[in-house]
Amino acid sequence: MPRLTRDDVAHLARLSRLALSDDELDHLAGQLDVIINAVARVSEVATPDVPPTSHPLPLTNVFRDDEVHPSLPVADVLAAAPAVEQQRFKVPRILEEE
Amino acid sequence: MNELIRRTAAELAAAIARGEVSAEEVTRAHLERIAAVDGTIHAFLHVDGDGALAAARAVDAKRAAGEPLGPLAGVPLALKDVFTTKGMPTTCGSRILQGWIPPYDATVVRKLRDADIVILGKTNMDEFAMGSSTENSAYGPTRNPWDTSRIPGGSSGGSAAAVAAFEAPLAIGTDTGGSIRQPAAVTGIVGTKPTYGGVSRYGLVAFSSSLDQAGPFARTVLDAALLHAAIAGHDPKDSTSIDAPVPDVVAAARHGDVRGMRIGVVKELDGEGYDPGVRRCFRDAVELLAALGADVGEVSCPHFDYALAAYYLIAPSECSSNLARFDAMRYGLRIGDDGTRSAEEVMALTRAAGFGAEVKRRIMIGTYALSSGYYDAYYGSAQKVRTLICRDFEAAFQRFDVLVSPTTPTTAFPLGERVDDPLKMYLADLDTIPTNLAGNAAMSVPIGRSPDDGLPVGLQIMAPAMADDRLYRVGSALEAAYRERHGRLLIDELATASAEEGR
Repeated sequence: MPRLTRDDVAHLARLSRLALSDDELDHLAGQLDVIINAVARVSEVATPDVPPTSHPLPLTNVFRDDEVHPSLPVADVLAAAPAVEQQRFKVPRILEEE
Repeated sequence: MNELIRRTAAELAAAIARGEVSAEEVTRAHLERIAAVDGTIHAFLHVDGDGALAAARAVDAKRAAGEPLGPLAGVPLALKDVFTTKGMPTTCGSRILQGWIPPYDATVVRKLRDADIVILGKTNMDEFAMGSSTENSAYGPTRNPWDTSRIPGGSSGGSAAAVAAFEAPLAIGTDTGGSIRQPAAVTGIVGTKPTYGGVSRYGLVAFSSSLDQAGPFARTVLDAALLHAAIAGHDPKDSTSIDAPVPDVVAAARHGDVRGMRIGVVKELDGEGYDPGVRRCFRDAVELLAALGADVGEVSCPHFDYALAAYYLIAPSECSSNLARFDAMRYGLRIGDDGTRSAEEVMALTRAAGFGAEVKRRIMIGTYALSSGYYDAYYGSAQKVRTLICRDFEAAFQRFDVLVSPTTPTTAFPLGERVDDPLKMYLADLDTIPTNLAGNAAMSVPIGRSPDDGLPVGLQIMAPAMADDRLYRVGSALEAAYRERHGRLLIDELATASAEEGR
């Protein structure tokens, strides 16, 4: 298995939306490499003839009756928001600046 | 120590129903105990004294009005801080949810309230239930009541410690890889992971959705069964909830008879890495089960050796997806929103500041295991191992009614010992993980104290899916035998010790 480099870990941090400091990256890079190499042994017994199990219950789709139930009151939901405007969640800009 | 806090949940409910003591007195006694010892133990993140007393008074009013009371009415309970509680903080042991007050109750919480169980407060845990020691809490560790320099297990360490320290007779935890059974074992109490889908996950903040399951902690097997029955059952709000009758765990706990039961000792869950004292206690308990009339034999589950590796791919993969919801937009912490930064920058800054080291590690491992080019080798292979482990269980349950092993390889380890050595920490769940991967039911029951260090040792019982009642049969038989031999339960030894200290 390939070793996990510090650059790989920096890339993973970006994908994970984690703005890690240089110190954190240094520390985590070593640890993640050790963990990944330890868990890689699953491939020893995962032969092509074995089907995967994603879930312990043999469920496909679960349906419920199409009944109308009251939703949570808007004020209760917005009470925990970091920022609110006009009865909506207020978020930072989502597009890059021109 | 007020005598009320020593009683079992079943005894307290009966005394309240008969009018010998009021629910309010019972709640007050436990709140006083929390005030006296929780500064040291730190089992609770939030104590809701007013809410608990109001709930207790409502039970007393019901009784005065002649209304029927449920089997646990008026009994206080400690709730893991991973369940949403309307009007009460829910942090999951994380800084990212500091101060969050959810707008709705989890189904487990609603069922507790419907059963007139009194919620004392929310208990400490490893952040988002990731850990085996409760040291990954953003709010500081919980201490083991048997030895306050040691871990109480995790991730439900606060719930286990609250019950072991007589701060509550009952508690709720969650178990994704052992987070109920391992803390129960190292604090000398009973803890059950029900069959996956046996208890609703609605309002349980998700860590690994195909593995997470809520369950009871108690000081006796019967109390655990009563609480199990109170929270179990189908919930239309959880699509993975099983629509079938709940196994009669209470009747099983009352009939602890293992005569003729076929009990398999799992060969792979023993050997290197296990404390000699743990092995000694376990062997004695297995001999005891044979002496009680069980048909005991050995069984091999060869793929259990790969369970830990599979788990540390599957659980992080699911967590990397589940924890994407903590995006600083709708609730919880928001850092760096100065009007110039983008939503994505604010998200990354918030998550870096709001998550602790173990959560970051797991999100990144999961992201790696699911990324293109690596998916088949890691997540795909782990899912195949999951199939192999299910097959091992199926074969073993053809020959045996239940399987047994030590709950965890060692007794409670010292605080700080493994906190920066993730792989060593993960070994604490070596025995408990296979059951989560297969979705079966399992329990830890106290069997004695290790001759090495005098700390509690637990025995794990594993049963097929929806055969949770078998756990309680075996657990109850072991408990009754312990009581007959010693004249008390293991946890009573801790009560006696702390009563002497208090003099």
